[in-house]
Amino acid sequence: MPTVTLTIDGQQVTVPKGTTVLEAAWKAGSFVPTFCHDPELTKPGACRICVVEIKGARNLPASCVTAAAEGMIVETASPAVIDARKTILELMLDNHPEDCLTCHQAGDCKLQDYAYFYNVKPGAFGGECKNYEIEDDNLFIVRNMNKCILCGKCLRACEEKQGRAVIDFAYRGFRTKVATALDKPLADSVCVSCGTCVSVCPTGALTEKAMLGSARKWEVQKVRTTCPFCGVGCNFDLNVKGGKVIGVTSNAAAPANGRDLCVKGRFGTDYVHSPKRLTKPLIKKNGEFVESTWDEALDLVASKFGEIKTKFGSDSIAALSSARCTNEDNYVMQKFMRAVIGTNNVDHCART
Amino acid sequence: MTNSFEDYLNTDLFFVIGSNPTEAHPMAGAKIMSSVMSGKSKLIVADPRRIELAEKADIWLQLRPGTDIPLLNGLMHIIIKEGLHDQKFIEERTEGFEALKATVEKYTPARVSEMTGVPENLLYDAARLYATTAKAMLCYTLGITEHICGVDNVMSTANIAMLTGHLGKEGCGVNPQRGQNNVQGACDMGALPNVYSGYQAVVNPDIQAKFEKAWGVKLDNKLGLTIPDMMDAAVEGKLKAMFVLGEDPVLTDPDANHIKKALTKMDFVVAQEIFMSETAKYADVILPGASFAEKDGTFSSSERRVQRVRKAIEPIGDSRPDWWIICELAKRMGYDKMNYESPRQIWDEMASLSPIFAGINYDRIEHTGLQWPCPTVEHPGTPVLHTQSFSRGKGLFKAIEHTPPAEMPDEEYPYLLSTGRILYHYNITTRYSSALDAHRPEEAAMIHPADAATLGVCTGEKVRVTSRRGSVVTKVNVTDKVMSGMIWMSFHYKETPTNELTVNAFDPVSKTGEYKVAAVQLEKVV
Repeated sequence: MPTVTLTIDGQQVTVPKGTTVLEAAWKAGSFVPTFCHDPELTKPGACRICVVEIKGARNLPASCVTAAAEGMIVETASPAVIDARKTILELMLDNHPEDCLTCHQAGDCKLQDYAYFYNVKPGAFGGECKNYEIEDDNLFIVRNMNKCILCGKCLRACEEKQGRAVIDFAYRGFRTKVATALDKPLADSVCVSCGTCVSVCPTGALTEKAMLGSARKWEVQKVRTTCPFCGVGCNFDLNVKGGKVIGVTSNAAAPANGRDLCVKGRFGTDYVHSPKRLTKPLIKKNGEFVESTWDEALDLVASKFGEIKTKFGSDSIAALSSARCTNEDNYVMQKFMRAVIGTNNVDHCART
Repeated sequence: MTNSFEDYLNTDLFFVIGSNPTEAHPMAGAKIMSSVMSGKSKLIVADPRRIELAEKADIWLQLRPGTDIPLLNGLMHIIIKEGLHDQKFIEERTEGFEALKATVEKYTPARVSEMTGVPENLLYDAARLYATTAKAMLCYTLGITEHICGVDNVMSTANIAMLTGHLGKEGCGVNPQRGQNNVQGACDMGALPNVYSGYQAVVNPDIQAKFEKAWGVKLDNKLGLTIPDMMDAAVEGKLKAMFVLGEDPVLTDPDANHIKKALTKMDFVVAQEIFMSETAKYADVILPGASFAEKDGTFSSSERRVQRVRKAIEPIGDSRPDWWIICELAKRMGYDKMNYESPRQIWDEMASLSPIFAGINYDRIEHTGLQWPCPTVEHPGTPVLHTQSFSRGKGLFKAIEHTPPAEMPDEEYPYLLSTGRILYHYNITTRYSSALDAHRPEEAAMIHPADAATLGVCTGEKVRVTSRRGSVVTKVNVTDKVMSGMIWMSFHYKETPTNELTVNAFDPVSKTGEYKVAAVQLEKVV
């Protein structure tokens, strides 16, 4: 593979031809901020926060859409670069709600992180501020377009990852907004609520409705697991706080699905905490289920199975195992039927 | 699946038959949708309904339900007639081609068009596109298997893939997207009446001896009963007790009234469940299991990938992990070789007895999982099956004739009922998710505007749907996504138990029920 060698912040780095300056800089260990860049999506080079100084270039190019070239000399943190980034952040902050105290995304927000890193505060420009109504008309996603910085990752993910293109930029100039066709609410659009847009949003513009107000980002313990619904085998992170699953977030390392999920995987695991869960062994007495201890229930099942086996033979007992349970559950179930009951009468719904 | 989900990004053509992935397997559907939208891949869809993918397809073959074999035979007829088959692949990798050729010879485009309802020109277009695209992937699901000729349908998909050399290669293959999260794994683990874990036959004396030694007991070498046979045996009084783990046959098996009769007839029924399912109501004892969020273990996906399930919270209330409950029962019945301390220990025992999983352990699947077969700890797993040879050596073409569905509409029951899943629900569990259930709280049976006009119903109004086996009331959604003469329903709602209507007829080999075709009558409910 052909390579190019360039100098970034005084350090030589060799990368495959076609690598962007941004990727080369990251490889060299330099910090370069991004908003609109995403490794899995097309590159619009829109937000300009990733600008760098390249010797001989007439302006500060966006590093995410500039190919690394042989002999390039790049500065990622020169005074001109820092100045440009601060100006971009000042422009964003003056058109952004100052509600980090109560924003769900606080602690996991690129705008907040970069403002902190570059010590940028609101008020440099003043002027008009977006004032859209918060859209929480659907059951799954809350859209606060006042917090949108127009990076466009949501609409690219919708088109390029989900193949849907439900949303796009609408209007022009200051009024530019990410909207559905005819700027209708999500609930009235062809959106299927997969939430991929939420997973790529760098600010608090898009949030999972069920998780709002449930935990600060830094309180959440993330446990990677495999989705309990269809057979695609998506992985995601269960978000846990105080011994309770409060929701699901994507995990980019998931082999089958990356950050993409469907409405069920992302928003449907709350069944775990349904008040209708069975929480005690139940024994039917006179046609009614009565709560029992584990010892009582297990002893009853063991003795009844034993009696029936003795009286009618092993093949008078059968088990339906479960395509929803784990491999280990299924292995012990078939072992139980074969080794303990003594029959091959074990099946599950693979065929029905 | 012979290939992997990652491979969906490598193909140039999807041939999707009897599968509605944007609803039933959304992340597979998304890969197809985005690949087609970007212009990377073309798309052929064969489905009686105008599913979402049909709307995006280059070619949509709207076949009549239950005519998959004539359709595939007809496509193969054209491929052979036009010399578009892969002669080299056929000679090197397969046998039985002449018999196949003789059979599909009879499936002329004119005859197939009449049988399936698909216009002849579309048959030619689809046959040519599939045969001439080097990287063409066939995807199917339950629209192929849930017929009394399900096995023949599956073999027909294999026939056309072998005929065109679309197997054992990247971006190709025959790819059934499996239904449940761990239906692959439940099969893999031997929760089947004919095999131990790793598909090792119970009738094989060497295998039997191996398991007898490992488990320290004498084992039975005769085949067990499949679910439909169990239900029949229960109704006949031969089966006395049943242990039902995490399954709700009353709502999800065909001909629900037959299932209820079976459960009522038995002396003792145990349900191990997380909710009071319709089946659990028939139990004598209910043992509360822990959900996927409350236990460690593994699931195996459609692409044969074994992945970790991790405990995130403690079991709710006094519920317990399913494996623990079963092992506890074993102990109380006097068996001492199921004293596991963790799911990892269970996996390790299983892997030590099952060659195709021997190389998989929890440490190796910590990050990305592994795809079986994986015989040694050095083996990287198998993303694409059959690259060098098939399981039996050469791929065998099966010459297959059409089998019509068990029950077709007639004068008394004039409408065809077909069933499946919708995007917002997954079998029965999602009814307990507050947002999902609020979003889709009830059945909305799809009927064609012409039929709606005949019945005098509008969207949101109700009809009574009656078959020879049962009768249910449902709201309707009037849409031309279904063909006239057909009603389509999901099976998620206990308030509208669709499977009281479905037919008690099964594929003779797989024992899969014919959920996709039943005859019903409709009347407006005022």
